[in-house]
Amino acid sequence: MARPLVQRSAIPGLGLSAGITLAMVSIVVLLPIGALLVQGANFGIANNWAVVNRERVWAALFLSFRLSFYAALFNLIFGVLLAWVLVRYRFPGKRLIDAAVDLPFALPTAVAGIALTALYAPNGVLGGLAQDIGWKIAYTQWGIFLALVFVGLPFVTRTVQPVVEEIETEVEEASATLGASRLHTLRHVILPMLAPAALTGFALALARAVGEYGSVIFIAGNIPLKTEIAPLLIVIQLEEFNYDAAGAIGIAMLVISFAMLLSINLIQIWSRRRIGHV
Amino acid sequence: MSDATIPQQGARANNPARFRRANDESPLARAILILLAVGGLGILVFAPLAAVFTEALKQGWAAAVASLGSRDAQSAIRLTLTITAIAVPLNAAFGIAAAWFITKFDFRGKAFLITLIDLPFSVSPVVAGLCIVLLFGANSALGGWLVASGYPIVFAIPGIVLATVFVTFPFVARELIPVMIEQGRAEEEAALTLGASGWRTFLTVTLPNIRWALLYGTLLCTARAMGEFGAVAVVSGKIRGQTATMPITIEMLYNEYLSVAAFSMAALLTGFALITLTLKTALELRHADQLAATRRH
Repeated sequence: MARPLVQRSAIPGLGLSAGITLAMVSIVVLLPIGALLVQGANFGIANNWAVVNRERVWAALFLSFRLSFYAALFNLIFGVLLAWVLVRYRFPGKRLIDAAVDLPFALPTAVAGIALTALYAPNGVLGGLAQDIGWKIAYTQWGIFLALVFVGLPFVTRTVQPVVEEIETEVEEASATLGASRLHTLRHVILPMLAPAALTGFALALARAVGEYGSVIFIAGNIPLKTEIAPLLIVIQLEEFNYDAAGAIGIAMLVISFAMLLSINLIQIWSRRRIGHV
Repeated sequence: MSDATIPQQGARANNPARFRRANDESPLARAILILLAVGGLGILVFAPLAAVFTEALKQGWAAAVASLGSRDAQSAIRLTLTITAIAVPLNAAFGIAAAWFITKFDFRGKAFLITLIDLPFSVSPVVAGLCIVLLFGANSALGGWLVASGYPIVFAIPGIVLATVFVTFPFVARELIPVMIEQGRAEEEAALTLGASGWRTFLTVTLPNIRWALLYGTLLCTARAMGEFGAVAVVSGKIRGQTATMPITIEMLYNEYLSVAAFSMAALLTGFALITLTLKTALELRHADQLAATRRH
């Protein structure tokens, strides 16, 4: 090959920095994930499939991905709204609201889990109100949805916010002078500009929600076939020291997550190209 | 505000509501959007935050403080602080090395390396824990040998550290890489031409440029490290007084219906989270120009 593996550079520290980086990536990421794949390979494709192809496992996988998708979709809409409000409007307490958007990143998931459960359980403050109109939140799929919305909340806002800041007002003014209504301008001028960043945030929120465990298990109720998420199944298998089954479900989750992220990346490349000239 | 200083005239003075800049929503639409944003965050974020403290103080301060003084609680707090004190510097060192390697040199496979560093964000913490158990657990070849030689990883502190490093892996590197790309290599090259050693160049030229971004990444890493639950739940074995971190202890107390004790521990952890959040916000406001472009407000 004409191109060398590493190009010569005047800057020192190649050996040290490359050594630390590659050693850490190997020990922390490559070897553990490799161990999962080796375990799956040893167990055999047919056996792995037999573990995954059971009603309870399908139900959990389907539940995890479906509710994660809904939660990420809610966060997509609410996140864009929040980013817009935080950049464009002035109102008292805005700084506090802006800082609070990051709270779900900082708050430990187990804390979020028990706090949401205390609040939305039938004897909790908001859960009681919901109960009065016949709406059960905690220990149903609504509770899982709520927890997943919580953990994914910051992603869309934080990816869209810098883009809203960079929008040049001339573009909107041009649209207005050409006779577009405000709604028309928002829909056809602003939203397309925000779409790629919003989609990135959506993908991040989705990936986070699919794997989420700590905040969900407290509020979910964990009833098999109804409110049991996929990560919980892995934990249950591990508690029974059934490493083969845990590995099979783990591999299924990895495969589905990567397929999903790959397709979102493709949609993103497509949407960047389509509106790249804006 | 500025409207008051401009003499009002014509249609605008007669009907101020009709005058609106082309890039503004109507006041009604604006009010509705602000209400939705504030209300949504109130229900989703502020209410749970308040719930942590009201539940902790349900039986008064004395009960809350007493529950944190128990032996198991003390050992959980110590363990979490120890794990954080090991995992965060490890991660910071890795982040600096990775950012240096990636931004100061050109090599094949760079994009692939960055993907590998980002990978832990798209892997479920539970799956991460599972991977570590499969690699280092007593029933694997490597784990069996380590246990036999007296260095157990899983169900012990090294496993918890490894799980914590995995889930926080990209934080520091991700903050440093964009900042170091933006700064380029010219300053370092100048220092080296003038005869500075590699270490001196790093300490006196690079480090002052990246210190705020480094602190920012370290803060994010700390917050996550103290609160990690899923991965730690799998690898720790949840041995009370030995491998039960603060989040694990919260789960155990909660499942035993010791609500005040669970929420008191949760309130303490929330206090730590609020401190990191405040420091992070202060950094964004004071040193925005030295953080990655996406962090600037």
